[in-house]
Amino acid sequence: MDLLGFGDLLLSGTWVTVKLALTSLVFGLILGLLGATAKLSRFWPARALATLYTTLIRGIPELLLVLTIYFGGSMILMAIAEQFGYTDYIEISAFAAGVAALSIAFGAYSTEVFRGAIQAIPKGQWESAQALGMTPLKTFFRIILPQVWRLALPGLGNLFQVLLKDTALVSVVGLNDLMRQAYVATGSTNQPFTFYMAAALIYLGLTVLSTGMTAWLERRANPADRRAAA
Amino acid sequence: MTEKNTALELIDIHKSYGSLEVLKGVSLSAGDGEVISILGSSGSGKSTLLRCINLLERPSRGQIRIAGEELNLVTGKDGDLRAANIRQLERMRSRIGFVFQNFNLWPHKSIIENIIEAPTQVLKQSRDQAISRAEELLDRVGLLNKRDAYPANLSGGQQQRVAIARALAMDPQVLLFDEPTSALDPELVNEVLAVMRSLAEEGRTMLIVTHEMRFAREVSSQVVFLHQGQIEESGTPEEVFDRPRSQRVRDFMASHA
Repeated sequence: MDLLGFGDLLLSGTWVTVKLALTSLVFGLILGLLGATAKLSRFWPARALATLYTTLIRGIPELLLVLTIYFGGSMILMAIAEQFGYTDYIEISAFAAGVAALSIAFGAYSTEVFRGAIQAIPKGQWESAQALGMTPLKTFFRIILPQVWRLALPGLGNLFQVLLKDTALVSVVGLNDLMRQAYVATGSTNQPFTFYMAAALIYLGLTVLSTGMTAWLERRANPADRRAAA
Repeated sequence: MTEKNTALELIDIHKSYGSLEVLKGVSLSAGDGEVISILGSSGSGKSTLLRCINLLERPSRGQIRIAGEELNLVTGKDGDLRAANIRQLERMRSRIGFVFQNFNLWPHKSIIENIIEAPTQVLKQSRDQAISRAEELLDRVGLLNKRDAYPANLSGGQQQRVAIARALAMDPQVLLFDEPTSALDPELVNEVLAVMRSLAEEGRTMLIVTHEMRFAREVSSQVVFLHQGQIEESGTPEEVFDRPRSQRVRDFMASHA
């Protein structure tokens, strides 16, 4: 495929896409774990808050979330800055807005994946740790979470693929990601097929890579099976 | 305030689930080195009683003492008792070994890691110290060669022996067994009973909920028969097995002979 000298541009866009996806993944996982813990909490305000979060975020299109955070975020920041006497225009970076929107979305969906996985751990796993005098916190982090991870991985892998492709939405607020660079290249060369096709292939390559990573992580997360297979 | 040689004392333990009263005031005392078997048909409250001792189940009323130390309990919002001081509960739990019917080993940890987890995390032993003790215990239950295996690679009987080693690694003052052989295939029962027998012989204080009548008769110093949440009869194995006073116990023995 002849990229007419726009190869570097696409490559830089790909790098931005990967960075955006991975950063959002990290924050999204943290939000998801917090959300699941809140949903399973004995404390009702925590449950209510988490339910509000997942209902709200899963109920609106991701594109709307990106736009709201990008434009709404600037407005809020400016309103706050004004209180301190700063009146210039403040713009949030498109990357930060993208990370915020995609993390929040990933967090809402992964809350449900984590919740299901935590509930799938037999009660006896908690009990045997507590019967030995382990604290609830240690039990959660050392005994339950590693098992949750294993059960949640297939669902999380799925969500990560969606996240990878949702990064393209952030191009609407001017982030120079893969989608936007393909659009720019198309605009300069008038060859939409070439560049959108190239972008499609790169997205496909990224998702295939992530599928492979998930499969590898799943094998690693199951030491007993790994041993049996060895 | 209590005699030094009482390892475990339960006083008037009650437990209700809503309007269903599962335990109706059970008192029990185990001296150091005593082995008490708790018998009874299913639904008699045997397992609930055992689980109340370390608060896996919260009793509705009653007192619990381990080696003279009373577990401080307060009434929770739902009306059942809870530990007044979570640290004290954790400390007392670390001194009570509990062996579950379903073993409850942790599948993501190797056998040796299963055993050293609580000694290193709760008792703050060094890893080396915990490992050498764990190896001794594994050797004792005949599974040193499974040191680095994972629970899923072991038979039920082997898993239960590891679970016993895991409990022993805490050097508990009392060992509680909740139907330890009920989930096992018949041919795997004896290997677990053999380990338990050797523990009884070395003078461990044990409470055993079991359906293994012959075993209970051979190792117990005291047998307690529960019926509908109350002690129907208790005494030496000879008294309860050979000369039961209650018709209910006689019927039970006849059907479990």
